[in-house]
Amino acid sequence: MTLLPYSEYVPHDEGWIAMAPARPKARKLDVRADPPAVKWAIIALTFAFLGLFIVLPLINVFAQAFSKGLEVYVAALHDDDALAAIKLTLLVAVVAVVANGVFGLIAAWAIAKFDFRGKNVLITLIDLPFSVSPVVAGLVFVLLFGLQGLFGSWLAAQDIKIIFAVPGIVLATIFVTFPFIVRELIPLMQEQGTEEEEAALSLGASGLTTFFRVTLPNVKWALLYGVLICNARAMGEFGAVSVVSGHVRGVTNTMPLHIEALYEGYQAAPAFAVASLLALLALVTLVAKTALEKRTGKG
Amino acid sequence: MSKAIAIRRTRRVIPGFGVTLGVTVLWLSLIVLIPLAAIFLKTAELSIGQFFAIVTSRRVLHALQLSFGLSFAAAAVNLVFGMLVVWALVRYRFPGRRILDAMVDIPFALPTAVAGIALTNLYAGSGWIGRHLEPLGIKVAFTPLGIFVALVFIGLPFVVRTVQPVLEDLEKELEEAAASLGASRWTIFCRVVLPSIFPALLTGFALALARAVGEYGSVIFIAGNLPNVSEIAPLLIVIRLQEFRYADATAIAVVMLVAAFLLLFVINALQRWSEARTGRRL
Amino acid sequence: MRQMLLSLAAGLVTATAVHAADVSLLNVSYDPTRELYVAINKAFAAKFKADTGKTIEIKQSHGGSGKQARSVIDGLQADVVTLALAYDVDAIAERGLIAPDWQKRLTENAAPYTSTIVFLVRKGNPKGIKDWDDLAKAGTKVITPNPKTSGGARWNYLAAWGYALKKYGSEDKARNLVRDIFKNVPVLDTGARGSTVTFVERNIGDVLVAWENEAYLALDEFGQDKFEIVTPSISILAEPTVAIVDKVVDKKGTRAAAEAYLQFLYSPEGQDIAARNHYRPRNPEVAKKYEGEFAKVSLFTIDEVFGGWKKAQAAHFNDDGMFDQIYTQ
Repeated sequence: MTLLPYSEYVPHDEGWIAMAPARPKARKLDVRADPPAVKWAIIALTFAFLGLFIVLPLINVFAQAFSKGLEVYVAALHDDDALAAIKLTLLVAVVAVVANGVFGLIAAWAIAKFDFRGKNVLITLIDLPFSVSPVVAGLVFVLLFGLQGLFGSWLAAQDIKIIFAVPGIVLATIFVTFPFIVRELIPLMQEQGTEEEEAALSLGASGLTTFFRVTLPNVKWALLYGVLICNARAMGEFGAVSVVSGHVRGVTNTMPLHIEALYEGYQAAPAFAVASLLALLALVTLVAKTALEKRTGKG
Repeated sequence: MSKAIAIRRTRRVIPGFGVTLGVTVLWLSLIVLIPLAAIFLKTAELSIGQFFAIVTSRRVLHALQLSFGLSFAAAAVNLVFGMLVVWALVRYRFPGRRILDAMVDIPFALPTAVAGIALTNLYAGSGWIGRHLEPLGIKVAFTPLGIFVALVFIGLPFVVRTVQPVLEDLEKELEEAAASLGASRWTIFCRVVLPSIFPALLTGFALALARAVGEYGSVIFIAGNLPNVSEIAPLLIVIRLQEFRYADATAIAVVMLVAAFLLLFVINALQRWSEARTGRRL
Repeated sequence: MRQMLLSLAAGLVTATAVHAADVSLLNVSYDPTRELYVAINKAFAAKFKADTGKTIEIKQSHGGSGKQARSVIDGLQADVVTLALAYDVDAIAERGLIAPDWQKRLTENAAPYTSTIVFLVRKGNPKGIKDWDDLAKAGTKVITPNPKTSGGARWNYLAAWGYALKKYGSEDKARNLVRDIFKNVPVLDTGARGSTVTFVERNIGDVLVAWENEAYLALDEFGQDKFEIVTPSISILAEPTVAIVDKVVDKKGTRAAAEAYLQFLYSPEGQDIAARNHYRPRNPEVAKKYEGEFAKVSLFTIDEVFGGWKKAQAAHFNDDGMFDQIYTQ
């Protein structure tokens, strides 16, 4: 019992008792609060900045897509070349995601579950495609597989078409999206450590069983996350594909290339129509990404 | 060294090391290392003199200057405004905060060509923004200013997303202690918060810079592509490729690659520094 | 919305359930011919079906003529090439992909249609551009593609040079005129279409030096109230040539179809389509029918003035040629 000042004691039948005067509840002072003027200025600037640079262009895509009416929009999407472009984009994305997904799992296993010299070097090397300009990425494949390239004459002799054909586009896309999935898996697998795997192994499970029944379920959300962003990038890749594709309409034009072709062919509204599909994909990716982030407790 | 000692093989509990490492290295070599080596091989066909002649020619120098200069400026803008944005998203509560938070990632997810035509359309003389700016004499589309806008767009998420987790994790006791010692908010920001998030800020800046330098899709639509004025280095590479001057193209590509590798090296070093500081890997 | 998605999915599925054409050809063409070949290919497919009962599908690739030629050399599997000038086809022939006598295999030097070079200016012609000399005046911004990659650009260049030769009579004056014109060029796109886009959509430049067919197309697409065509006093007869790529058709077995396709370009129906797309037809009847559509210009040929494409290319457009010397960027 704390002793209050003498003045706080009031007379009572049984004697003196302490009656604490009603004190207003002290508000917890948040010393980290910024002055309101600053706070609202910053919020306003944030809205302005993001609104100008992100929201406006996004809205513009849809506005321009529908600027010539719904009929033009639908016709643009039903056009043979557009459909072929969509097909090609989907194909390339699926191959790139699967290839990089499988690689990602294998590489993450090697890097996260083991310690070895040169691990940092390996990680840096895997990160290389991030820093390479997409145009340079396309250039390297032309240098390798173009007719004048290193393997050009051999490929021509075997009648294998890489540059100016779908395989070249696939390769370039795999290159550009190479690190995406691995980078998502490694931190998580490192955090999770090896205890569960060791437990499974001590219980007699084989390596593969351990992988599929212990590791994979543990990283499934990170894997999905990586697949999502890998897919978004694969579908949207422009620079690298532009260099290796032959720009043959209906054959080697992915959606971004088709958009460029339309735009250069005076068909702005159809170009934006196809673009709106990709923009929708971006929004869907974002929604899924946010949902996954909540799951994995990120951000 | 006696054989007995040398045979101290690291016994690994988890199986599969050899296979997975082998596959990883093989796949990495096939997809990334060998193709990249092709560029250096091709450039090696040139003599040093030829290489420097190409790389220091007026048009190439200008393109490189433009690419790097504008990327730097755009990354700087993203540094400042990114800081504002991340502060608002982390420290404040206001309606629409969650949506804004999600929107920051749009430049990651949106294809560069889509961004390119959208921005061009917006800032051209007839566009929603262009039509207000042009009477003022400010031309954005088809000028270096347009390139700048596009580069700000694509670099936007980097600073925000790199700093965000660090800012969220910042111990509030530090700030409260400083406040109780009588520091103003500004002082607290400069001397408590900033030093802690500094590595993250720099990393975000470097990432935005690296991305901007190589950017192609979102820039070529809005750039004027005028040589020595608004021609970015990746475009010059494509032009040389189309002219089938492979040697020129690869020479410029080598310069860009070397710069990119240096940036990557810097970024990794920054990430390790940040890890040491805050225990969190960026 | 749902219906749209469903129909889109249906479209994708049908595109996947490949109603594979019996024959497939790739036509590698130069930049401005997109609209022309959309029309030609449709008409030819109908004719082919009627004649042979087989379905044929023709894929197109467009770009600067020089660039396209090099792509074919680099492995782009073209069944036919329909390029802007004979030299580009020769370049492919030199690599053994086309027989050396290709130009004799079809009439009219293997050029089923011709065109020329004119100027497209903003409505009202604010800079008062009348002839080639006006392009060299200070303060006039000229749009033309890159002669290193575009066929149209090379015709532009040679037309200007030829004009100066005829008017002033000296190589030096010609060189100065062309040099001054290129000084006024702010940007070189890789192909004719790229330049048109720059002039028309990006609003860069005061005058576009373009294929006649491209200029008329711009008027069609963007309205006569925005642009007008100025015909110079003298211009060059541009002969875009076509050829079968022997190596590819023999490997694919599409020689007969490819030959029929090129022959179609000479047929009255093909010539009519060309004329409607503003290409000057060779067929005299069709030419008469569309006479009023084409401006009367005094035309010179590359053979008269330059001694043929091989000489012109070597002197002007190869590395360290005249163009490289005068355009120092």
